[in-house]
Amino acid sequence: MNLAFRDIRHSLGRFLLTCFGLSLLLGVVLSMIGIYRGLVEDALTLVRAPAADVWVVESGTRGPFAESSRIPGDTREAIARLQGVSAAGSVTYQSIEAPYVGQKLRLYVVGYEPGRPGGPDRIVAGRPIGRAHYEMVADKRSGLALGDRLALGRNSFTVVGLTDGQVSSGGDPVIYITLLDSQELQFELAPPAARREVARGTGPGNTDTINAVIARVSPNAAPESVAEAARRWKHLAATTQAGQETILTRSVVERARKQIGLFTGLLLIVSAVIIALILYTMTMDKLREIATLKLIGAPDRTIIGLIVQQALAMGVIGFGFGALLIATIKDYFPRRVVLLPEDGLALAAAVILVCVVASGLGVRLALKIDPATALGG
Amino acid sequence: MTNPVPEYPLVEVRHVSKHFGEGETRVDALRDVSLEVHPGHVVALLGPSGSGKTTLLNVIGCILEPSTGWLSLDGEVVYDGRWLRSDLRKLRLEKVGFIFQFHNLLPFLNSTDNVAVVLSLAGFDTAESKRRAVELLDYLEVGHRKDAMPAKLSGGEAQRVAIARALANRPRIILADEPTAALDSQRAGIVMDLLRKVATEQQAAILAVTHDEKIFDRFDHIFHLRDGRLDGNEGSGA
Ligand SMILES: Nc1ncnc2c1ncn2[C@@H]1O[C@H](COP(=O)(O)OP(=O)(O)O)[C@@H](O)[C@H]1O
Ligand SMILES: [Mg+2]
Repeated sequence: MNLAFRDIRHSLGRFLLTCFGLSLLLGVVLSMIGIYRGLVEDALTLVRAPAADVWVVESGTRGPFAESSRIPGDTREAIARLQGVSAAGSVTYQSIEAPYVGQKLRLYVVGYEPGRPGGPDRIVAGRPIGRAHYEMVADKRSGLALGDRLALGRNSFTVVGLTDGQVSSGGDPVIYITLLDSQELQFELAPPAARREVARGTGPGNTDTINAVIARVSPNAAPESVAEAARRWKHLAATTQAGQETILTRSVVERARKQIGLFTGLLLIVSAVIIALILYTMTMDKLREIATLKLIGAPDRTIIGLIVQQALAMGVIGFGFGALLIATIKDYFPRRVVLLPEDGLALAAAVILVCVVASGLGVRLALKIDPATALGG
Repeated sequence: MTNPVPEYPLVEVRHVSKHFGEGETRVDALRDVSLEVHPGHVVALLGPSGSGKTTLLNVIGCILEPSTGWLSLDGEVVYDGRWLRSDLRKLRLEKVGFIFQFHNLLPFLNSTDNVAVVLSLAGFDTAESKRRAVELLDYLEVGHRKDAMPAKLSGGEAQRVAIARALANRPRIILADEPTAALDSQRAGIVMDLLRKVATEQQAAILAVTHDEKIFDRFDHIFHLRDGRLDGNEGSGA
């Protein structure tokens, strides 16, 4: 006869309500972890999309995402000639705001050379950019649809293709346009003074600048040696794909990671305290029954079992509800929420540990109860 | 009475004293109490409020440690200046059944399971526990309420289920603290009849605290407690 189960069944409504409350709390913890994973994932989609091996940027910078980087437009040809490089493409990156159905749409614009590395990796609807000008591939998250027209700078662009899940590390949806269009856009959006200097040809700028060159390396060449070779130009810096991903996670995501990590930690502590309190009250409510059990000869094992089993049931059901809840609503979050099985398992293990430790409080109380308290009026 | 002459008393209390607190706050709840209860006997413990009745019952039930004295249950010396057994709960499970003033049934178990729980604690499997529990409920004439939860039982029914629980493990010693206080006189009579039946059929010793003058004539013996001391005894016992 399982006393824990019988007691739960007897006050099922109350038990389920408690579990539901706990599940909301654990759901929040789980979504915090998911938001963090989503943040990392989002930050990395852009750097992973071109399937690059080596990134070449301005020397002294950790561009193009963590810091701004400007290099001459002819860099691509120089890199393409390096030994082991199988393909190279120039790319630009910039954040813009564009008016769209009465609202300002924040977008992250990637300029690339069609036919060379740097473009979208997978198009889910429509086609890639086919013409040299005024076509774009947009991410679905922007809300844009095939055939939509969007004014960027002085020109109007047509959406010809859609990607899914391409966002900048800030969460802005990505659009792809041709390199030439993006350079024009960069020039148009530059501050007037800089623009005058460029037009006069006196300033440091030049319209033919790009932010990075992406290189792919043939299978028998090492990316690191290509990066090494690129660094020989004094005005260039180069990192491998792995290095670029590290820079991104370190610099762009690090603070968010600490922030969310700390918050998740706090939430876990709060959950632990709440679980402990719930279990303690559950035991307090059963003092008389526990005294009676002792009086009729139940061993400590039975009484500990009653409390610990209920604690575990509460933890497991609370976590299950919470996980289900977040899995159901995760796609309605404005930014990506990534639920990894290993995160779920880790949290489940933490919750179970907390339940067992917290039930220790209840158990201590229960073992101290004097059986004589069952006798009195 | 036609009870056979017992070889030894089931409950034997010798020179037991119990005090609570020390110095100014010291309360002498029991002073040098000695008594015996024999198999097949139903005896009453009588006395004004605060005279030590519950304390004495708790001492005999091994719930409360005496300050001094000697106690033997079913021929086994369990206290002699100190407890002689470490597993007092197991001792209770084996030898002692309790009936409380308020039934103290576990609210989350139905009548059958409230009785069966004692049997499963004693090592019977679930089916056998339930079978014997239902048998006992029938014996106590509450078989028709075997599936009811305690909250749905009347006072008399609940008390009879509680008695079934006290009897489940066939203890030879049954301790009852005002078992009829919460019942009307007719129900109280039925409960007393049942206790008598158990004492006779199972050769058990029953010690009941009571205030209930209506049922005094149903006891083999009445012990009077006053300020923790036993007065002169009446009746046919010890
Ligand atoms: N746990 C305790 N601590 C202190 N005093 C107690 C305790 N239990 C009982 N007493 C005291 O012992 C005396 C006898 O109590 P009790 O056995 O409950 O009396 P009765 O059951 O006859 O009413 C009373 O004066 C009571 O206040
Ligand atoms: Mg009392």
